[in-house]
Amino acid sequence: MRMALSDWQPLPIPPLLWLNTGVLVLSSIAMQCASLAARKGQVDMVRLGLASAGLTALAFLVGQLMAWRELSADGYFLASNPANSFFYLLTGMHGLHILGGLVGLGRTTVGAWNGARPQRLRLSVELCAMYWHFLLFVWLAIFALLAGWASTLIDICRGLLT
Amino acid sequence: MAVALVLVLIVVGSVLFHFLSPWWWTPIASNWDYIDNTIIITFWITGVVFAAVVLFMAYCVFRFRHREGNQAAYEPENRRLESWLTVVTAVGVTALLVPGLFVWSRFVNVPSDATEVEVVGQQWQWSFRLPGKDGKLGTSDTRDVNAENPLGVIAADANGQDDVVVEAADLHLPVGKPVKMLLRSIDVLHDFYVPEFRAKMDMIPGSVTYFWFTPTKTGTFQVLCAELCGQGHPMMHGVVMVDTQEDYLAWLGQQQTFAQLSAPQQMGSAE
Amino acid sequence: MVDITPADAVPPAEVAEMELYHPHSWWTKYVFSQDAKVIAIQYSATATAIGMVALVLSWLMRLQLGFPGTFDFITPEAYYQFITMHGMIMVIYLLTALFLGGFGNYLIPLMVGARDMVFPYVNMLSYWIYLLAVLVLVSSFFAPGGPTGAGWTLYPPQAIMTGTPGGQDWGIILMLVSLILFIIGFTMGGLNYVVTVLQGRTRGMTLMRLPLTVWGIFTATVMALLAFPALFVACVMMLLDRALGTSFFMPAIVEMGEQLQHGGGSPILFQHLFWFFGHPEVYIVALPAFGIVSDLISTHARKNIFGYRMMVWAIVGIGALSFVVWAHHMYVSGMHPYFGFFFATTTLIIAVPTAIKVYNWVLTLWRGDIHLTIPMLFALAFIVTFVNGGLTGLFLGNVVVDVPLSDTMFVVAHFHMVMGVAPIIVIFGAIYHWYPKVTGRMLNETLGRFHFWVTFLGAYLIFFPMHYLGLMGVPRRYNELTDMTVMTESAHHLNSFISIMAFIVGFAQIVFLFNLIWSIRHGREAGGNPWRATTLEWQTAETPPGHGNFGKDLPIVYRWAYDYSVPGAKEDFIPQNVPGSFGPSREPA
Repeated sequence: MRMALSDWQPLPIPPLLWLNTGVLVLSSIAMQCASLAARKGQVDMVRLGLASAGLTALAFLVGQLMAWRELSADGYFLASNPANSFFYLLTGMHGLHILGGLVGLGRTTVGAWNGARPQRLRLSVELCAMYWHFLLFVWLAIFALLAGWASTLIDICRGLLT
Repeated sequence: MAVALVLVLIVVGSVLFHFLSPWWWTPIASNWDYIDNTIIITFWITGVVFAAVVLFMAYCVFRFRHREGNQAAYEPENRRLESWLTVVTAVGVTALLVPGLFVWSRFVNVPSDATEVEVVGQQWQWSFRLPGKDGKLGTSDTRDVNAENPLGVIAADANGQDDVVVEAADLHLPVGKPVKMLLRSIDVLHDFYVPEFRAKMDMIPGSVTYFWFTPTKTGTFQVLCAELCGQGHPMMHGVVMVDTQEDYLAWLGQQQTFAQLSAPQQMGSAE
Repeated sequence: MVDITPADAVPPAEVAEMELYHPHSWWTKYVFSQDAKVIAIQYSATATAIGMVALVLSWLMRLQLGFPGTFDFITPEAYYQFITMHGMIMVIYLLTALFLGGFGNYLIPLMVGARDMVFPYVNMLSYWIYLLAVLVLVSSFFAPGGPTGAGWTLYPPQAIMTGTPGGQDWGIILMLVSLILFIIGFTMGGLNYVVTVLQGRTRGMTLMRLPLTVWGIFTATVMALLAFPALFVACVMMLLDRALGTSFFMPAIVEMGEQLQHGGGSPILFQHLFWFFGHPEVYIVALPAFGIVSDLISTHARKNIFGYRMMVWAIVGIGALSFVVWAHHMYVSGMHPYFGFFFATTTLIIAVPTAIKVYNWVLTLWRGDIHLTIPMLFALAFIVTFVNGGLTGLFLGNVVVDVPLSDTMFVVAHFHMVMGVAPIIVIFGAIYHWYPKVTGRMLNETLGRFHFWVTFLGAYLIFFPMHYLGLMGVPRRYNELTDMTVMTESAHHLNSFISIMAFIVGFAQIVFLFNLIWSIRHGREAGGNPWRATTLEWQTAETPPGHGNFGKDLPIVYRWAYDYSVPGAKEDFIPQNVPGSFGPSREPA
């Protein structure tokens, strides 16, 4: 594996990422609340859930940007070595997907305030919630990979095999 | 009608072309006649299948072509026939795969008595390095490449001092001795390919790949690059000469070691 | 296995009909149209236009190879730019776009009995982004340094280095951007095709009643949605390597005596990503061809396709297996040699479902009533070229046989035969078959037969002998085959012969284009169902089908797509939307 080579210098994981992870979990919970409320037809709760999910997701993105700034201030730039490049690439792609989700969420939220048909609102909210949970799951996987736990797991598996 | 005839002609023509045309592989000069034999087996099996399918089709076109009053049969499926054909195909595929994998395991497992020879590719020439008297190649690093050290041999490694360095010149190999080619590149992908040896492998900057073979014929063979490496790719020729043992030792005696090349001034003053 | 339930048991309508988009002006009707049929024609026209560019590039390459030293303007740089653009255009911008964007858009809604794609607006966006991708690609011909000459595989590190044309100029950047755009556009279209097949089918159209054309396009689209992301990230990463100096694919490198600022990357990683896309891509092109050719053979042999269920499972099985064979393109790439055992085994296993498909095609001919129409001729030619190309795949898939043959002309001959000639021959057959539905007129028969014979025999004469050049050891991607011991005098003559055949075959395509345009006005009137076919697209009220495809009511499907020559029926075909049973149904359930 390339991670064993000297060219691969893993960068320290900023503690801020833990906070961001928590924020993203909150965002997913808010989406789930909105989704449950939409099923019961409680429009007020839907609005509350959507708004808080959107705000927390934005907070997550801001947090990620701050983590990037922190890293580059410490001299870990995109092109310094492949470990850094992968870090920025993975977090950047994930962030872009969140941004795309926010566009969809924005449309749904506008619909929730302007009195969209309940059937249609429920479908949009449920689809957003599914996407949110998916992105949370992807983030947890990326975080585990970047923090190096995945390689520990691989080592354990390799130990079992040999 | 014409179609059926043309289909038959395609089969006949292809088979005749295969046996009569002057275009065939170069005479082999290594131990990999196993590979040639596997190709021959593959030619027979696939040739029979090709002829059978196309001739059957030609027969169908001839026999069941539309004529006034004809009606096609109505037969959605035939489980027995389909199962039989699947089994026969699986058997044929296994007959190809098993010898293939058997020869592949020989190809990837290098015999212990093989001598190592390093090939270094760069745009657009070949260089070589042979282990010196200690029989070991010294380690190398692309970061150490410069005008005096074109192959990036690590000077601190004692094993590398007596390595024979052949920069952008012909490689000589003794006949009948297995040799493990260690392949390395300092810029882009290349591929060390001598058609007569049948073996080839890509060279990747940043890692060392290998293949092995035993030259079985003396003579001069052309090295080609078989992985696109920029616009000089077709011009990247080299030469491998397979010598008798005496000729090989005579050639080896004239070559310079890494230590001699990296300290030319000292050598000059010593004389 | 025989289903005794009456064939006309049809489930009740569950959902209301979708609201149809209505164009308001000439622009929204013919240019920014959301009608899948118009989008299909736009896709097809664009793909054909860019395909003609690739055809001309192949002529230029053959000029150089067949008559070396005669044409000074074909410099080594130019030659590498030609092969790169030829390969990339043919595989992605022509074949993928034409099969999925062209045939997919036209045939899916009509064949499943829908009024349009499920997301018409996204469908329209898909085409315009595709057009943008094509324009970006074409613009690289005019950029400083010209298009990239890295080979269609774009292997790093050379793809982004000075030794390769366009590597440190605009060529590679425009290529990568164009691919990224293509993938974005394709994803939009692809989601549409999948959702339409799953959700937009009319009443009675169960999955096992779908024509194989739809199965082929559907499976290929699912595969493309899974495979293209690998190419997408590879392009993004290479773009970062080239533009921002990262080292995803770049190890420490000394270029022309100078140390580059890269280090630690892995060139092989790119190859894995590329072929994880690239191998499924072969089947993304092949599966629609498989599906279409099944329908052509069945219709023109007046006989049901033999072993429909097996055919469906073979399509799905090939689609799934094609994701675990990618590294057979990398046997000599320097990856771990033990991978060879695994990938050779999976590769040869995939030969089994593929062979089943071939058997079922020829067994459909058996005891048929074969009308040797032009679509049927092309279908027969497809079987010959596909069997030939598929069998040489058994050479290259069997890891040790691949060692001497990889990177030689054998590979070039193999992939042109199996994924160049064979699918394009199906495209021709399909165009002769569906042109009457699209325009209401038949293509000219005499020109068509001329086109068929020259294309089929010419292409076979080009690529069959080419295998033997590879067997001799002639490497691919050489702009000059001089000063080589493997190239005998007679091999040079063979090369000249291949070049001359290439010009003749290319010329026949111009005749075909002329036929396409000429017949729009002057072709014989076709009527609604000239081939007397069973599938729904031939049962529309108008020909060409109007907006919304079907008249006031959507058709209801009572039977599978292959009720040809049913014993006891009045005619030798029963359309899918005709109720009533003729004895116990024998369609596979």
